[in-house]
Amino acid sequence: MRSNPSHYELTTPATLEAVLDILASDLGPYTPIAGGTELMVALGAGRLATRKLVSINHLQELRFIATTPETLTLGSGTTFTDLRKDPVIATDFSLLSQAASWTGSIANQNRGTLGGNIVNASPAADSLPALLAYEAELTLVSARATRTIPYAGFHLGYKKTILRPDELLHSITLKRDFREYAHYARKVGTRNAQAISKVAIAALARLKDGLIQDIRIGAASLRDRPIRLTATERVLQNQPITRETIAAARAALTSETQPIDDIRSTAKYRAAVAANLLEEFLHQLKP
Amino acid sequence: MTQITLTINGETKTIEAPPMKRLLDLIREDLHLTGTKEGCGEGECGSCSVLMNGELVNSCLVPALQANGARICTIEGISTKGRLHPIQQCFLERGGAQCGICTPGMILATHHLLEKYPQPTLLQIQEGLAGNLCRCTGYTRIFDAVQQAILKTQQPTNN
Ligand SMILES: Cc1cc2nc3c(=O)[nH]c(=O)nc-3n(C[C@H](O)[C@H](O)[C@H](O)COP(=O)(O)OP(=O)(O)OC[C@H]3O[C@@H](n4cnc5c(N)ncnc54)[C@H](O)[C@@H]3O)c2cc1C
Ligand code: FES
Ligand code: FES
Repeated sequence: MRSNPSHYELTTPATLEAVLDILASDLGPYTPIAGGTELMVALGAGRLATRKLVSINHLQELRFIATTPETLTLGSGTTFTDLRKDPVIATDFSLLSQAASWTGSIANQNRGTLGGNIVNASPAADSLPALLAYEAELTLVSARATRTIPYAGFHLGYKKTILRPDELLHSITLKRDFREYAHYARKVGTRNAQAISKVAIAALARLKDGLIQDIRIGAASLRDRPIRLTATERVLQNQPITRETIAAARAALTSETQPIDDIRSTAKYRAAVAANLLEEFLHQLKP
Repeated sequence: MTQITLTINGETKTIEAPPMKRLLDLIREDLHLTGTKEGCGEGECGSCSVLMNGELVNSCLVPALQANGARICTIEGISTKGRLHPIQQCFLERGGAQCGICTPGMILATHHLLEKYPQPTLLQIQEGLAGNLCRCTGYTRIFDAVQQAILKTQQPTNN
């Protein structure tokens, strides 16, 4: 049943500093709300447990895209529409602009944020395999301190993260190192658009003299959190793309994933589709 | 309760409401503008679409307080002085509206699309309206209406 909105508190402090003060105070706990495309659905379904919310959607301090010759930094409040529009993301980080274009409808992309996608920590989230492949770093802020950590260590399990209650995700930093890589992103869902993925893969690879010099494979819905397929990557490292290599990679992929059976699909189907996607990418890579 | 001031279809209004009330309910219950419809209440169907500061949003997923200070345009703000907007006219003429529940959202989504791409391809039309579900028309008539609207909105407005 829908919740009664009068049971909820929502405040909109004017600055990031004021939001961090509220999160650190003993008036809480407060839950930050950005685009609300997760939390408002929870409210509608009567499963928004928290009663106190603090809005961060209006904070310009969290909505920016900053580039240097070496890096790209995205404020956590960057929307999927912002991601799709940015020319540097389109050329250097196309896995991310593709994922943004899959993330629900245009109305959803206008509101939903990259930060919300990360902190919500769904194993099926579309932008997260790309962040794993690009080895993103996250900057977390609180009234007390700022820390920067590799994104790969952020998720602890199903919808669990290392974020402390007084912390906000501030920004996401990517190194602009991938110009010479082949990019591959594909989502398999019930329909082409607007369906939560059954499986999604985002991968990067660079070949030299016919051998795979470097390969990074991020995947959604193959474990309780988005994962990097490191065992599969190791099997592919320094190998030519032959039938044997592909068979070994498929086996490694199956051994390192533990997909879930749920309402959207079965584990067996997910693992088989993921292996097919990887194989498709490897075929595309062939010189 | 919190005071929320917003500009709705060009008029500035101040309302007392719970801050987590859905913008959709604020529009329908407090502002008495019932053109904006509720289908799913969870961001899937687009029948609650409105323009917020020029961006298409699902008003069922916007907490009222986040619309404080915003410019909101609903279907009631699309027509001018009792005259249908060319997009509305095309939906009428091409059978793009049947039961009408999805229509306000479709029209706002079309409006947003034509602002972004004055000459969208069929693929862009389909993507732009993919968040708006229709149980009646089978979509073809809606796409026809949008294509006709592209021609109309390009002519001088005094036609
Ligand atoms: C119809 C529909 C379709 C969708 N389709 C997809 C899809 O295809 N793929 C997909 O991946 N997702 C999809 N989503 C889910 C959702 O849009 C995304 O997860 C989005 O990124 C959430 O961002 P938000 O800003 O709206 O989150 P919110 O609802 O505002 O917040 C989500 C969570 O993150 C926390 N949070 C947000 N920002 C911060 C921050 N800066 N610091 C700390 N905590 C923070 C909040 O406290 C909350 O726990 C869909 C949702 C809907 C309604
Ligand atoms: S009622 Fe808002 S999207 Fe369906
Ligand atoms: S006209 Fe009935 S839902 Fe579209």
